[in-house]
Formats: sequence, C-alpha cells, structure tokens
Amino acid sequence: MPLIETAPAPLLEKLPADSAVPVEGLDQPTWLVRRESLKEVAKMLGADASAGFDLLLDVCGVDYPGRAERFEVVYHLYSIGRHERLRLKVAVPEEDPVLPSLIDVWKAANWFEREVYDMFGLRFEGHPNLRRILTHEAFEGHPLRKDYDPARRWILTEDKIYRPEPRPDDEESGDDMFEPMTINIGPSHPAMHGTFRIVARLDGEVITASEVEIGYLHRCFEKMAETHTWQQVIPFTDRLNYCSAFINNVGYCRTVEKLLGVEAPPKAVWASTILSEFSRIMDHCVCNGATLVDAGALTNFWYFFQPREEIYGLLEACSGARLTVSYCRIGGLAADLPPDFEAHCRRLLEMIPPFMDDIEKLVDKNRIWLDRSVGVAAISGEQAVNWGWTGPCLRASGVANDVRRDHPYDLYDTVDWNVVVLPGGDVYDRYRIRMLEIRESLKIIRQLLDRGIPEGPYIVDDPHVALPPKDVAYNQMEAMIYHFKLIMDGIQVPAGEIYSMVEGANGELGFYAISDGSGKPYRLKVRPPCFPIMSTFSHLIQGGSVSDAVVSLGGLNIIAGELER
Amino acid sequence: MTEHPKETRPYRYSLAERLYLPLLSGLAVTLKHFLRNLLGRGPGYTIQYPEERRNYSHRFRGHHILTSRPDGSLRCVACFLCATACPAECIHIESGEHPDLNIEKYPVVYDIDMLRCVFCGYCVDACPEDAIIMSTNYDMAYFSRDQSIATKEELSKPYTYDTSRLGYRPHYPEEEAQRAAIREGVVDLIGEARRRQGSAAPAKATKAAPARRGRAKSTEGQPS
Repeated sequence: MPLIETAPAPLLEKLPADSAVPVEGLDQPTWLVRRESLKEVAKMLGADASAGFDLLLDVCGVDYPGRAERFEVVYHLYSIGRHERLRLKVAVPEEDPVLPSLIDVWKAANWFEREVYDMFGLRFEGHPNLRRILTHEAFEGHPLRKDYDPARRWILTEDKIYRPEPRPDDEESGDDMFEPMTINIGPSHPAMHGTFRIVARLDGEVITASEVEIGYLHRCFEKMAETHTWQQVIPFTDRLNYCSAFINNVGYCRTVEKLLGVEAPPKAVWASTILSEFSRIMDHCVCNGATLVDAGALTNFWYFFQPREEIYGLLEACSGARLTVSYCRIGGLAADLPPDFEAHCRRLLEMIPPFMDDIEKLVDKNRIWLDRSVGVAAISGEQAVNWGWTGPCLRASGVANDVRRDHPYDLYDTVDWNVVVLPGGDVYDRYRIRMLEIRESLKIIRQLLDRGIPEGPYIVDDPHVALPPKDVAYNQMEAMIYHFKLIMDGIQVPAGEIYSMVEGANGELGFYAISDGSGKPYRLKVRPPCFPIMSTFSHLIQGGSVSDAVVSLGGLNIIAGELER
Repeated sequence: MTEHPKETRPYRYSLAERLYLPLLSGLAVTLKHFLRNLLGRGPGYTIQYPEERRNYSHRFRGHHILTSRPDGSLRCVACFLCATACPAECIHIESGEHPDLNIEKYPVVYDIDMLRCVFCGYCVDACPEDAIIMSTNYDMAYFSRDQSIATKEELSKPYTYDTSRLGYRPHYPEEEAQRAAIREGVVDLIGEARRRQGSAAPAKATKAAPARRGRAKSTEGQPS
C-alpha cells in the first residue's frame, strides 16, 4: 500500500522524536503513536490552533490476539477548517491495558472511551466516569475481544439495575423551598423516543444534574459483522439509523467497494444519490415531526408523515421493503430500478413542498413553539465541535461542515446545492435547518432527475463481487460455480483498512473496516453520528426544566438503533 | 459543571408574534385541510386496515413460499444455499435422499423461524432452483413462539399461491406480458399438476418445468 503523503507532516516536527511515526495507510495519513506520548500528541493536534484537528470523530479498539501488544486503539481526527483527516494508532499490551484519557482535549472522547472500555476492557486513566456504556453493569467479559464467544447469552436480574452513586451535593437544600429529588425519565417513556433512561436530579422542576443511561437496544452489531460475510452485513446496517436505512446501506457498500477497488456503475450511483436524499428528507420529517409532537404540536406530525409514507412507497417499489430496505449491494444495487421510478420521484417532488409550506405556516412563527424552542439547549459551534458533533445539529450552531461538500461521494459534486448554516445552536434552529435541508435535498433530486436515468447495468459485472444474474447462473456452469462460491465463501476482500464516510441524516456516518483477507470483516466499526451528540445531552439539559429536556432530545435526532448498535 | 452553554443570538419577537397572530395562518391551514377532507376533495390517505390494504409492489418481501414442481413435489433440492446466505440464521433444513434419481436430494425438514427472519430476501437471491420466493403477505401474528416456526407444509400451502400476492422473487415481471407468462408458468403449478394427474401419468419433473426463458432446458443440463 502506498504511503499517503501526510499533509500534516510539519506537525510531526513539533513533536519529540519517535513519539509518532507515520505508517502506510490506504485512505488517510496514519501515525503510530507511542502510548506514553499519546496525551502530548493529542494536545498538540487538538488544542494547538495551527494543527487544528478540532474534531475527534471516533475511537475504535481492535483486538489482535497474535500480536505482542494485543490491543490497538485507533483515533480518527478531523480538521473542520482544512477538511483534513488523520488517524492515530496506539498499541496497548494485554498485561497493562491502560491509556491516558483524552477527555481534556476533546470532550467527545468521554463516551467513545467508555465504549472501548466496555468492549475491550482497556482502561483510560483520568476518565471521570469510566463504566460500561453499551452493555449492562452486570455483564461479564468484553464482547469485542476475539476470544469472546458470540453465541453467549446473559440473563439480567432485577437486583443488578444501575443506580447512580449519591452525589455529594444531594443533601444540600439550596435557597429555595424545594426538596431535591432523583427521578427516572424512561426507558419506557414516549418522550425518550427509542430507549433511553435519564436519571435526573431535580430541584423543583429544574434539572440540576443528570446521567444518561443507554444500551437498551444494544445488539453488538460489530460482533455480528465479524461472524458474517461482507455481503451479509448489509441487512444489519439497515437497523442502524432505521429512519434513513438507505444511507447506511450506501455508506457501508461504498466502504467495502473502496477496499475492493471496484466502483458502482453510474446508474447505481445516480439512484443511490436520489434515494439517499429522499431518505434524508424522511429522516428530517420524522425528527421534526416527533420534536413538535413532544412539544404538543400534533397536527404537523400528519403533514410530515404523509411525505414519509409516500417515500416509503418509492423505496418499497425499488427494494421490496419499506423500512429495512437493503437495496444496496457491494458494487451496485440489489435490483434494477422499477420502470416508473422517474415518474414516482417526480410525483414526490410535486407533493412534498406543499406539506412543508403548511408546516411552516403552522409553526415557524408560532409563539407557542418559539417559546418552547428558542434558546433551549443552546450550544456554541466551538463547544459542539469539541463534543464531536456533526451534521445538521452542528450546522445549526453555525459551523459549515458537510461530508457531501467537503469529501464528495456519489454525485454530490456535480449538482448545485447549498450547505445550510444557522447561527442559533438551539432547538429552534435545529428544527429550521431540517426544514431548509429538505428543500436543498429536493433541489438535488430535481437536478439529478433532469439528467435522466443513466444507461447501463445496476451492478458491476464482476462475478467475484456480484451474484451473476439468475438466467446466466442457470445456463452457464462457471456462473453457477461463482454463484455458489460467492454465497458459501463470501466476497474475498483484500487485507487492508479503510475509514469511509457519508453524510448521514444526523451527521457524519463513518465505517472503519479492517479486512484480514478472509471472507469476513476482521473489525467493522461504525461511527454513529448521534453517539457523540447524545453524550452531550446531560450537559445540554442541565439548568433547564424537564419539559425542555424532552424538546431538546427530540431536536437532537437521536436514533437508538444507531446509538447503541 | 459550570460551563453550561447559553450562548445564543437573542430572538426578537415581532409585534405580530407577541400577539400570537401567526397562529391564525396556522388555523387557516388546518381549516383548509378540514374542509377539503369534509367535502371529499382530500387525498384520503387513511386506509381501513384490514378490510382495505396498501397496494404493495411485486417486489415486496413478505412471508416465504416454497414453490413446487408440476407434480406437486417441492422444487427445493436441499442444497443449503439459502440457509448459508441467511444473515439471521433462521432457516433450518434437514436433507434426505429422494427416490427419484434425477432429483437426488430433497428437504425432509424445512423450517423458517419467522420471528428471527429479517425479510432481507437473501434466500431468494441465493436459491439456484427458484424454489423459494416471497409473497406480499405481511400479517403474521402468533400466540406462541412455536407457532412462529413455519414448516415445509405451511410454506408450500396452495393458498400462498394467490397470484395477486406474489412478492420478491428472481426476475421481476416488470412488463405485464411477462407477468402473465409467469402466472401461467409458476403460479398455477398446483392446477397444472392436477390437470396432468387427471390426464396421464406424471411426466418427468425436469421436462415439465415451465418453459420460462429457457429454464426447462437448463434444468436438464444442470448437474444436480
């Protein structure tokens, strides 16, 4: 593999010798960092304005039982200003699995480090709250270690339910007359959307402290991916962000295609772009609709859900399923576009804007909604970046960051559209930005439709990647052999590693895939956009009332399937 | 935590907003929808399920169907490709030797756990015999987990061959003519089998396979 010419090479010179060594990388500059100097390197990269790696995208653990230093922790960094990426790798031995915590440099490290601790048992020195996050407190072992049996089952008993430690300020009565109390919001509460539990400390109606408990929908997608072939992982990706399942399909398939070195044919790319944008519209509709319902505005919900219903009709006509579409395949699409695809899309383009107009008339200037949302759960752009935010929520805080523009994939660099940015950073702007992005998505779709459906196949004609058409498989011996080989052994992805990203509906959706050349992923890490956003939640709702917390959660667009994987 | 973020631009309410006037335009919107629906001009989105059902495409991935040969026996040759391709590991097959030497193997047991199934359609993609296809039947409800396991008999019940309710299967019959041909060839297998049984001794299975895009020929030439 070629050594990627490291743009931040001058940065290396600022560091003491051999604290970081550039190594070969397929997709982005990669540094091998010594564990002792990790903190120093991180400080230089994150806190130093000239380095400007202000966004910690992901922390991923990898287990290599054969190596002398068994574990590896991979940090993915991003510079919003320069659109540069950098990967740091730190080797950690099994006997002494301790790393310095980077929480002082990037607050986003908080939950990511907890996740690595949970999944691999690596400890982070200096982490204020290092406990399990995705699995339960009573869980034994670390599921993503290679020696953990994937078929193992656990039974959880009542007495093992997590209760937060009493805080030192619990007994303080404060100046007012209210007695502080601790309540549970969720996990089975309609306002908690998916399955979150918030243990909130209340002073009257004001939340003084809170702890977010997630993992109720955890199914260890990453472990499942390791025991299935590359092709078999696609239906699992549907269940990450199930409000816009198609974008996950695209993100995953593009990742594997890059590893394989194949490219989807123009028709598949064209359709992927259109369907991704429709999925984004749908996701924004669900998010805004649900937020407004949480605030008590029910009517909008029906106006939002009608376009969504019709878009599901389009996806169903393409793939055969409404929610879990699995329409992408590695190297293209699962099936050809339906004959009335273009007409169907045009019909949707006609029907969506009137609904959005109606919604805007209902709520945009509605004082009830304004009172509930303006200034609620506000966060500045700088802080949002430090917490690892991406996507519409970050753009609502005034930071123009969009993978579609900065690292264009599919056809996004060939169409004319704008990255919408709003300055407020509060729930109202998060609502507004989604309304505006729906219009931008429609603009993209309209331009692509005007170009007409590209001619050609919908999937690559490579029997090592795509199943041969049934007609051919039934009539030709070789095709039948390929058919059997591809299903029995899976796609043979060459050894290597890659981080590939798409703009999901709520931020940068990244897939970090490591292949060892066998037919199955060695490690597949998803960078879920709402994970770092949710980690900010208890910070956001502190000092607000309980009803503000409900509206804030809606505005952040947290999808449990993706958050907890 | 001391640094609770409260930095946001001040929002200035206009006079109209302070007086809740924009609510009126919102009321106009709902009134418009109300009147339109009342006068029957509305799009009428509500569906009276289960009397009325959504019209799904013929790619819909619903309850599975095991197709049969014209003589009524299952087309499945128990090659286990579907069980291998299944990401949810919900297909359980036990194979047995078929008395007909041309067929060799057949599934003694073929169970699909419908509660495990994720309806991805990979089994249909994998099948080299067109032996498993899907229907548009999506209302599956059970009183116990045992009931959720669909056996060979349930998967091949003749009622699942409702022509209008065929779902995901290889070769999308996009054109109406093609679809009609498929109705003739695949769908009415039971009827065909009955007709044959009435007329003469059952023909050899391979030869009688419906002539669809050279399918019959290829079956013969294919080592089973």
